[in-house]
Amino acid sequence: MTLWEFLALHSRELAGLVFEHLVLVVVSTGIAILIGVPLGVLLTRKPALSKPVLGFANIMQTVPSLALFGFLIPLNIYLFNVKIVGGIGARTAIVALVLYALLPIIRNTFPGISNVDPAIRDAGRGMGMTDRQLLFQVELPLALGVIIAGVRVATVICVGTATIAAAIDAGGLGRYIFRGLRANDNVLILAGAVPAALIALAADLLLGYFERTIQFGRRVKSRSRKLLWSGTAAILVLVGLGIFFMQPPGARVAVGSKDFTEQVILGEILAQAIEAKTGLPVERRFDLGGNLAHEALVAGEIDLYVEYTGTALLAILKSPPLTDPEEVYRRVKSDYMSRFKIQWTEPLGFNNTFAILVRAEDAQRLNLKTVSDAAKVSSQWRAGFGQDFMSRADGYPGFARVYGFHFEETREMDLSLTYRALAEKQVDLIAGNSTDGLISRYGLVQLEDNKRYFPPYDAVPVVRQAALESHPALGEVLKQLGGILTIDEMRKLNFAVDGEKRQPQEVAREFLTQKKIIP
Amino acid sequence: MSIEPAGIEFHDVGFSLPDGRILLNHLNLRVDPGETLVLLGRSGSGKTTTMKLINRLLDPTAGVVRVDGKATVEWDPIRLRRRIGYVIQEIGLFPHLTVEDNIGVVPRLEGWEAGRIHARVRDLLALVGLDADRFAGRLPRELSGGQRQRVGVARALAADPPVILLDEPFGALDPITRREIQQEFKSLQKKLGKTMVFVTHDIAEAFALATRIALLKDGEMILLGPPQALLKSEDPEARAFAACFQDGPSSGSAP
Repeated sequence: MTLWEFLALHSRELAGLVFEHLVLVVVSTGIAILIGVPLGVLLTRKPALSKPVLGFANIMQTVPSLALFGFLIPLNIYLFNVKIVGGIGARTAIVALVLYALLPIIRNTFPGISNVDPAIRDAGRGMGMTDRQLLFQVELPLALGVIIAGVRVATVICVGTATIAAAIDAGGLGRYIFRGLRANDNVLILAGAVPAALIALAADLLLGYFERTIQFGRRVKSRSRKLLWSGTAAILVLVGLGIFFMQPPGARVAVGSKDFTEQVILGEILAQAIEAKTGLPVERRFDLGGNLAHEALVAGEIDLYVEYTGTALLAILKSPPLTDPEEVYRRVKSDYMSRFKIQWTEPLGFNNTFAILVRAEDAQRLNLKTVSDAAKVSSQWRAGFGQDFMSRADGYPGFARVYGFHFEETREMDLSLTYRALAEKQVDLIAGNSTDGLISRYGLVQLEDNKRYFPPYDAVPVVRQAALESHPALGEVLKQLGGILTIDEMRKLNFAVDGEKRQPQEVAREFLTQKKIIP
Repeated sequence: MSIEPAGIEFHDVGFSLPDGRILLNHLNLRVDPGETLVLLGRSGSGKTTTMKLINRLLDPTAGVVRVDGKATVEWDPIRLRRRIGYVIQEIGLFPHLTVEDNIGVVPRLEGWEAGRIHARVRDLLALVGLDADRFAGRLPRELSGGQRQRVGVARALAADPPVILLDEPFGALDPITRREIQQEFKSLQKKLGKTMVFVTHDIAEAFALATRIALLKDGEMILLGPPQALLKSEDPEARAFAACFQDGPSSGSAP
């Protein structure tokens, strides 16, 4: 399918995502203007504040967006009973985007006003203008071009950063990009990236036009002045709507998922089973990146998602690696209950561990069966690993030590890109997921973990104790889901989505029907 | 707002910077209602400082400045400044406002209605010799230096203030335009009869416009009197300026 065919086929969905994206950008930039311009003006009046304020804005801009999301989710800040910071969704995304957009706006407002010719300022004061009159009649109009230049930079930053907001379920064009990355689908990536780039370009051109028209000492055509005012009015209306929609959620069960295909399928399986068996309304908060699903669960933003025992043990509890599956399960179950009031229910039945993968032709040519076999011949090899694998306790450093790997080069890339990199011979060995549908799609061969280096990663739904207590039927459903999936079945489901491009909802429904969980 | 010309008095006025540098020392001076006092001196002699003490852009660090009999520090600075027209070098026009809007600034601040401001702007443009139809809608950068200066004068006169301060208003003009505009200004002066304080370092300009001249040097006033007094003075600084005047054809001559 070409990009154009895809866009034509999904024009409605695309329009929805574009709208979500625009709302994110406009609301964030609008709030950033409402905060940044007065702050910039304040700095011109109290220059002593400029160092700490600009320093703060500078630091905010260097914080990676996922890290910032992770920091914001556990917070709970209320203003007039409306939650303004914390949790997943558009609200947190907007807070983060505002923080990114502040710097260019403050940075342009402050010097824009300070650099107004002192003689002009003296003339204004000498004519009897109060400080406020001087600001609104002389300084702001003269600095407007520079301030708009700052808004322009802020807007373009927001358009780009808003794509990452899909990682915390804030919607927007990032959904296509993340989905495409996950499924290794170029068309889907472009379907998100091209419209986002076009929005950025359009915003840049439009604001660039205003910037030039409003330039210092230039006659402003009444048409573009009208355009600027109606634009500003539209922004204010959207900001108002955005604030209006930030309402606290009602009673429902919120199912979360991490940001890869298997998790979305499992999320759908949980959601559909709960809907069918309990009749409770289910809210889906999928595609949460990094540890955000855990953060959201602890914060009560979601009620359950599927976690892996090994991930919980190492990445969340930060315990040293263990290899016995039973022991790991017991350990995370008791620790989660005491630390987070979160219940581990019945395991789903499969273990999604790291799979050390090579190309089939290499495996055949070099007769590779185990990871140790590969270690012997790998001195000329390049390896590609996801950020996760590079950094975790049971990841690369211990792996290389235990098996004695010395790669010629180790490349860190997004996990979803490693399969293709391997297939396209950009790297020679990767660490994928054992349940990944792409393993069969690219004809890759999994080597046996003969030294039992990787801990078990049994997939288990984790639920907030509070949710189990308020909806007892929830526990019943999860019991029924115990042991329902083998590793082969999971691989098939993953391939149905990643390989055959089917919708996760449909794949999940088919599976549940087949298992007689739903009619 | 009174349109009676007001008087200005300096009583033993000093002004020094926070770092202790003295810009003005023991200044005693009286500007009579209706007179044009020219503050003459080299760069850094304290002329502009003296002027900014009148409209409270600066407050004296010693002594008292009185406008209309009341110490400037007791005036609300905003009220005080709106009674005082202020013309600085051409750069003082607001570059983002049209000629009409520039001239209308103070009337707008004073809350005049639009129709009255519009009529006033047209009168003033006529007064300074600019065709309102051609110039009212232009931006400052669309004017020549001389035209800008005329607009600056018109703007200072807008709300009919009793006192007008002019800080080297014609400094950036070419000598010919400068001479023309001085002539026009002189007839304007007669017509209006306002109290004016005029800062310049150009002796010819001082002679052309002054009722009295105050000669400043290094923050002190070394001479105060009608122009002829300067020519007769034995003071070396006064002689230096007088010499400039007598053999300086480039700046024109006394009327």
